[in-house]
Amino acid sequence: MANERGDAAFVAFEHVQKSYDGETLVVKDLNLNIGKGEFLTMLGPSGSGKTTCLMMLAGFETATHGEIRLAGRPINSVPPHKRGIGMVFQNYALFPHMTVGENLAFPLEVRKMSKSEIESKVKRALDMVQMGAFAGRRPAQMSGGQQQRIALARALVFEPELVLMDEPLGALDKQLREHMQFEIKHLHERLGVTVVYVTHDQSEALTMSDRVAVFNDGRIQQLAPPEDLYERPTNSFVAQFIGENNTLPGSVEAISGDRCTVKLTDGSVIDALPVNVSKPGDRTLVSIRPERVEFRDDRMPADTHKLEAEVLEFIYMGDSFRTRLRVAGNDNFIMKCRNAVDQRRLNAGEKVVIGWNVADCRALDAA
Amino acid sequence: MTDATAGKPPRGGQMLAADGTPLKVSLRRAMRAQKLRALLLISPLLLFVLLTFILPIGDMLLRSVENDIVPSTLPKTVVALQDWDPKTSELPGEPVFAGLHDDLVIAVEKKANTRLGQRLNYEYSGFSSLMRGVVRDLKSMDTSRPFMEQFIEADKKWGDPAVWRTLKTFSGEYTSGYLLNALDMQRTENGIQMKPEQERIYLKLFLRTMAMSLGITFICLLLGYPIAFLLASLPLRTSNLILILVLLPFWTSLLVRTAAWKVLLQQQGVINDILVWLGLVADNARLVMINNATGTTIAMTHILLPFMILPLFSVMKGIPPSYMRAAKSLGANDWTAFWRVYFPQSIPGVGAGAILCFILAIGYYITPELVGGTSGVFISNRIAYHISTSLNWGLAAALATLLLVVVLALYWTYDRIVGIDNVKLG
Ligand SMILES: Nc1ncnc2c1ncn2[C@@H]1O[C@H](COP(=O)(O)OP(=O)(O)OP(=O)(O)O)[C@@H](O)[C@H]1O
Ligand SMILES: [Mg+2]
Repeated sequence: MANERGDAAFVAFEHVQKSYDGETLVVKDLNLNIGKGEFLTMLGPSGSGKTTCLMMLAGFETATHGEIRLAGRPINSVPPHKRGIGMVFQNYALFPHMTVGENLAFPLEVRKMSKSEIESKVKRALDMVQMGAFAGRRPAQMSGGQQQRIALARALVFEPELVLMDEPLGALDKQLREHMQFEIKHLHERLGVTVVYVTHDQSEALTMSDRVAVFNDGRIQQLAPPEDLYERPTNSFVAQFIGENNTLPGSVEAISGDRCTVKLTDGSVIDALPVNVSKPGDRTLVSIRPERVEFRDDRMPADTHKLEAEVLEFIYMGDSFRTRLRVAGNDNFIMKCRNAVDQRRLNAGEKVVIGWNVADCRALDAA
Repeated sequence: MTDATAGKPPRGGQMLAADGTPLKVSLRRAMRAQKLRALLLISPLLLFVLLTFILPIGDMLLRSVENDIVPSTLPKTVVALQDWDPKTSELPGEPVFAGLHDDLVIAVEKKANTRLGQRLNYEYSGFSSLMRGVVRDLKSMDTSRPFMEQFIEADKKWGDPAVWRTLKTFSGEYTSGYLLNALDMQRTENGIQMKPEQERIYLKLFLRTMAMSLGITFICLLLGYPIAFLLASLPLRTSNLILILVLLPFWTSLLVRTAAWKVLLQQQGVINDILVWLGLVADNARLVMINNATGTTIAMTHILLPFMILPLFSVMKGIPPSYMRAAKSLGANDWTAFWRVYFPQSIPGVGAGAILCFILAIGYYITPELVGGTSGVFISNRIAYHISTSLNWGLAAALATLLLVVVLALYWTYDRIVGIDNVKLG
């Protein structure tokens, strides 16, 4: 990404704060650089300030403090229609009194393009989303998925360099949503446009984005490529928000290099990777993904502490098995195993010993 | 539908219910009770509307063409007149005069002569006094002498064929006379013609009523649209507060409000005083703002404004703000976004408000009566005059019928141009 190479960012938020009522900050000190051509997703629980950030970028809300720059230019005082930013709204906001063709022609008409130019661009944009035959329809005569494509085409037809999408797939059913995720991703790759995408669906964020900014409580908790976010969460909010996660509370006994020992609440001791802990005695939440937990001797590393566990439940899931265990007083410890030929099925009540690679077990903040 | 009990397969193109009756029949049977109950629920209203609305309107339509007073009061005369050709300049024969004598004797007994004279006076001015005169002389008439001479002796107008022509023209059960009158037309020897210039009043009044109603509607739209827009974009609490202010005038009697306008607008009134005090208007050239069209326009705009604001507001409330945002993000400035995206979506409200205001305005009576003077009165004031003062109910009914036709025609035109399904009242 551009910013990783150290170039000037295409979009930059600098110390941006936002308050609607003058009492609480909805966005607290946002710093974010987005590279040209990047697909950046803002992910976070409801009310974490994602839409607010997007609206500030689009110009519909003003930042209470701080500066937003687009292509190096401060845009705090530029009105929305002069920012040249394409936008896809959650309810699509297709103009109901215009046909699809007129909807797409609208941004070109206000830019005073010639009739023939408008016609060819509208046609190209419709073909791009495979909706060439629908130019004469009204939005109300189309399905949600079709409207979604038109909204996408309309946001792209005037060739903006930056497109914002606020939960554009929120109203679609699961299958259509997954299909549209692909299409949006492919369009992004083909057009090279910068996309800022808002969602609270984490699988959407992980599959589509170059980088994901995880929002909580008006702050970015972690900004990283999807893989890092999943494999290497830097705090326990991100670890728990992204994917499935087992947590065990405890306190640090000793730290040496990239390994620490943690004493869990029931007195047992495990090894973990120190991420958010600095000294012995720190309280911590140890986090480990269900698919990284092992119970077979031949797959466990030799030099780490092991834990005793009791099988509470065995769930057959087709491609995998989920086993619910009681580990160190935690009744909701999940272990996920691939359904391989040689995989052993555990039975409820069975006692096993589990372990994992130290690198997969992260000692995070205790929050 | 493989299950045999769920429904029989169609036979001869007709679906059968489980018991073998055709599906349509059993559906109708099932719905009948429901329909009956629905009808029962609305029957009080139905009766009310029938008695207070449909019947009076029907009666009015009938009255505008009804004329049975002439044939029922003068049956013999009417029969005798059938043989007379009104195109000739000759008088009708003795049987007609004899018939008139007999009819009038009975009419005087029944005291129907005054009403008859009045009725014919609408068509031939002077008929009323002619009738009064002849009734006075009726007793002294000699049945052995020809009546023709005696009538002409009593008043030589009876020798004028025009009198008889009028009688013959209006001897039918029904007449177009009121309607023609309402259109400033009359029936002459040469067929239907416009009345002489100085006698035409109603067409002008109709035109003025429509022009002023349109003007008032337009002013209401101009004033109401921004307020409705503001209301729709404010947070709910504030907008409810302002809405109460909009509705506040409804809490005061119409008469009080109109009287208040008198106080404000008259030449020695508050507004003129302020203008003079400010030096904008000379003391001896105070503005005339009441008892004319200006007064009517101002007072009616004030009264009708809420009827414009409310439908506009309810439509605007339903337009999500994301449309304007989308338009702006696509590069439209504030005005273009409003004009190309917002305004077209508010058209149903504009239509509803405009129709409401216009229809209320075109039939308005009290306000023009109180502040309209002579140049600001509407056709409804004329209708009221004929109902309560001149007692010419036929003409009043004809004027009202024409007003109804005009409104329906406008409604139809509106439906053609904008589409009535494009109107949203709430
Ligand atoms: N117009 C507004 N006026 C006042 N408060 C607002 C306004 N819009 C949003 N907020 C508040 O700001 C906070 C953040 O809202 P925002 O819409 O940015 O959340 P979000 O992350 O987009 O949530 P979601 O996933 O539910 O869309 C919320 O607490 C919300 O109540
Ligand atoms: Mg949101």
